[in-house]
Amino acid sequence: MALHFELVTPARLVRSDDVYMVVVPGTEGEFGVLEGHAPFMSTVRDGALKIYRTEGAAPEEIIVQGGFAEVGANGLTVLAEHVEG
Amino acid sequence: MASLKELKGRINSVKSTQKITKAKQMVAAAKLRKAQAAAEAARPYAQELAKVMASLAGKVSGDSAPKLLAGTGSSQRHLLVVVNTDKGLCGGLNSNIVKAAKIKANELIAAGKDVTFFLVGKKGRGPLRREYDKHIGDGFDTSTVRTPGFAEAEAITAQVIAMFVAGKFDVAHLVYPVFKSALAQDPVVTQLIPVPAPAISTDTGAVVEYEPGEEEILEALLPRYIKTQLFAALLEREASEQGASMTAMDNATRNAGDLIQKLTIQYNRSRQAAITTELIEIIAGAEAL
Repeated sequence: MALHFELVTPARLVRSDDVYMVVVPGTEGEFGVLEGHAPFMSTVRDGALKIYRTEGAAPEEIIVQGGFAEVGANGLTVLAEHVEG
Repeated sequence: MASLKELKGRINSVKSTQKITKAKQMVAAAKLRKAQAAAEAARPYAQELAKVMASLAGKVSGDSAPKLLAGTGSSQRHLLVVVNTDKGLCGGLNSNIVKAAKIKANELIAAGKDVTFFLVGKKGRGPLRREYDKHIGDGFDTSTVRTPGFAEAEAITAQVIAMFVAGKFDVAHLVYPVFKSALAQDPVVTQLIPVPAPAISTDTGAVVEYEPGEEEILEALLPRYIKTQLFAALLEREASEQGASMTAMDNATRNAGDLIQKLTIQYNRSRQAAITTELIEIIAGAEAL
């Protein structure tokens, strides 16, 4: 029961992990993605991705810029042009 | 016949040239590995983007499609974005790229189109300016940074898109070398703007929700897609340059080796001839007594 999460920048694959939940700062508001989320596509505003490794754990934050998120059958993929942290 | 001293001088000069070419070859080999790794690391992003583009481009069509996808409706003015290297010592790579660009340009000019060049990298400027002086438009200098990265691709894209928005051209083509191996780097010409719809269809049948909307996402995605293509072109260029340089320098080192061998044989021969002459003179002198 885990969400497959990938964070990709043009230069490299930053993260490819199985996590519990990721909160993505979408252009029209933040949204959390858990395992089994319906197929979804959204642009991402500049902000922090919050990654919850396990339920209730303290989130890990990654600042992304110029991004785009896709939720498909194989999990969540975030494409970002710049990543900090 | 050259004197012994002259020969020695020449051998030494060829030897130092060989040292330089050898060093350049080894540097290129090391850099090639790095460039290849960078090109490989960039692949997942490009693939992912192409996939998303393909699934979106099929859904948004007709009048509502953004200009970057649908074009301006005319194909009169063409822009050729030519990606050359900044440094030489890489064999025929740059002349091959220029040749490919010229073929495309002549083809377009013959069809009665207007052609403008947008030159990236130093080495294409000279030969293209000589023939198409009137057609040279803007350019981008990548020689100021050591390894061009995404920031440079972003800057180039910003310039190109600004030109497109200002209505300076209708169609843009990208000319860049594709790295196949250290021995082969083929220049290719691809269409950059309007973005050709990726052929792969990834319609899984699942209902995908879009936020904000399909068109808005596509509009945000298109410049990014172009950026990625330019970034890939820069990476390919880097790998091609190092590969070509490695091969060219390998040949140069081998040629220098051959030359040294020839000169050494000549040197030894002249030396022996000189000794023989001297001996003959001594013996002749002794016999005369």
